[in-house]
Amino acid sequence: MRSALTIAAKDLRQRVRDRSIYVIALAAPLGLAAIFGFVFNPISDADFTATFAVANIDQGPLASPLVDGVLGGLAEDGNVNLVHAASAEEATRLVEGDGERADQDVDAAVIIPAEFSARVQTGRPAELRVVQNANSSLASTLALAIVEGYARELDYVQGAVTTLTAFDPARLADAAAIAGLAASTPSPASVRDVSASTKQLDNTTFYGAGLATFFLFFTVQFGVNSLLAERHFGTLNRLLAAPVPRWSIILGKAITSFGLGLVSMLILIVATSFILGADWGNPAGVALLVVAATASAIGVMAMVSALARTSEQGEVFSSIAAVGLGIIGGTFFPINQAGGVLASLRFVTPHAWFLQGLGDLAGGSIGDILPAVAALLAFTAASSGIALALLRRRLNP
Amino acid sequence: MLECRDLRKSFGELAAVDGVSFHIAAGETYGLLGPNGAGKTTSISMAVGLMQRDGGQVLVDGEPLDPGTTRLKAKIGLVPQDLALYPDLTARENLRFFGRLYDMPRARLSRRVDEVLEIIGLSDRANDRADTFSGGMKRRLNIGIGLLHAPRLLVLDEPTVGVDPQSRNAILESIEQLGSEGLAVLYTTHYMEEAERLCDRIGIIDRGQIKAEGTRRELAQILSQHDRVRLSATGPLHEGAEALRRIAGVQQVDVTDGAIDVLVEQAGNSLMAILSALEQSGVSITGVEIDEPNLEAVFLHLTGRSLRD
Repeated sequence: MRSALTIAAKDLRQRVRDRSIYVIALAAPLGLAAIFGFVFNPISDADFTATFAVANIDQGPLASPLVDGVLGGLAEDGNVNLVHAASAEEATRLVEGDGERADQDVDAAVIIPAEFSARVQTGRPAELRVVQNANSSLASTLALAIVEGYARELDYVQGAVTTLTAFDPARLADAAAIAGLAASTPSPASVRDVSASTKQLDNTTFYGAGLATFFLFFTVQFGVNSLLAERHFGTLNRLLAAPVPRWSIILGKAITSFGLGLVSMLILIVATSFILGADWGNPAGVALLVVAATASAIGVMAMVSALARTSEQGEVFSSIAAVGLGIIGGTFFPINQAGGVLASLRFVTPHAWFLQGLGDLAGGSIGDILPAVAALLAFTAASSGIALALLRRRLNP
Repeated sequence: MLECRDLRKSFGELAAVDGVSFHIAAGETYGLLGPNGAGKTTSISMAVGLMQRDGGQVLVDGEPLDPGTTRLKAKIGLVPQDLALYPDLTARENLRFFGRLYDMPRARLSRRVDEVLEIIGLSDRANDRADTFSGGMKRRLNIGIGLLHAPRLLVLDEPTVGVDPQSRNAILESIEQLGSEGLAVLYTTHYMEEAERLCDRIGIIDRGQIKAEGTRRELAQILSQHDRVRLSATGPLHEGAEALRRIAGVQQVDVTDGAIDVLVEQAGNSLMAILSALEQSGVSITGVEIDEPNLEAVFLHLTGRSLRD
């Protein structure tokens, strides 16, 4: 073990002296993650804000819950900006952008016509109007959904009042109280979002994690390919002639790769968290995933390197493997959203399992990442086994 | 110190080493002399446990050495034919790294690194990276790494290949010094003069087999009935050489710059015929030297080819 650590310490000294490690392990992934994060952040869910114009002509008791309750609540949460209009025409002009307040970039207008409350309360047909901005499909669809939801709520309350008074006309005088009771009764069924919105990484984290994984495979190759470099420089014969077990030479290289990989990932996690605002999730879970991913990267790259005969060949093979697996694994874009074969194919790479694990961690607990960790360790075992079989022949000429 | 018995190694159909045996006593310098491809490097790779053997046995201090053996390897210092050092580390860092692999205690390692830097003449460049060194300095560092852990057997595989004459002489002086200090040395070379200068005993190896073995004098005895005649001359030397080959008793004829070397049985009996043949070929003779045959002549006699082939 001591000889393995001696070899690892020497390798690390060489790698630190070889400044390309800083580019591959730190500068490139950090720079690219920053670029990707800044480019894609405007469509991030976290930063979504819609602007709605509201024309409350009615000013009645049933308009207030919509304007002050539903829309006002969204405005307080910072998800919606509300612009109040004095008339339906003004609200429409704001959406169409030819009014005096066109600079406010209104996504949709909600118009509550005069006598809306009175018509609903007396059982006459009433309508709520939504004017959608053709250039803001997402935000205007949201406005429509909000208003439709409120209308369904009114429909439910009115249904309760109508049913009771139909059976007992004497209670018509209590219609307002019945309506209040119906409105305050909790819905018998509720919907909870447990999928996309909670088990998904935000853009900055996704690109930070993706690029960190992508470059992890380049970083570990510095250690993995150094066995070929030892042969190139003739020093492998000296190592083999020294009184050290042959396995300790391989272990030394693995320790070098592991150290470089872990340090690179740690710096990237800290940097993307503090500089770019990435949210990697539970530190213990992230640590588990990073260790498993680094081990799998070493195994896979050792297997690829063991197929090469020269250090130059090793670098070419490793680069092709790192880029190919990174693309298939979805480190540059969320390939799972492509669907079909591509979405399934990504799981032949450790990259995809690492990102999957981070996604599971974002919406769950450490227990949820165990399948991803198990998959990464399986990659490690299989690829390391093949690499060792190939290297054993190299070390015993 | 080292005993190799019937070493065998084949690469496919090629028998690179075919039954090589030799032994080296403590304090003895043994040379394996042979041309490129003779099997020298393969033989010593098996001798130091770098390469798996197809057959044979290696004993170090009477104990068997195999590639998986670690303890015995500490007794051996290896200087590979190709440079084997880290170009991006300094001379001191190279030495310290290999010293640690030999489990040298920290204090002793520091002292020994300074000693070896002194021996190889690199004390003033100790903290410079190896890739800033000249070829000769790298060769000296290459030897220094093999010496660092104070081995009892030093194995040098053609350590002077590609070295300038000045560095070469420094290297040979160092090895002579080590031999005189009681170190057992196994030295491979295809330079006859190095083998003659350094080695107590020489094994002549060709095509994977030891053709003859002994001291320089013992090997020269193989051609004891022969003399080496060196004729300094001008004119059509190659035509003259052709004429000499037809004379009875002439074994070998080589033409070099301005001279013809002739290996001949009993030079006294053939000298007049040699001079006459050259005169008839139009060659003008300016000088004649008669010596004992050297190792080159012995090698040529045993293998039918030159060391430089």
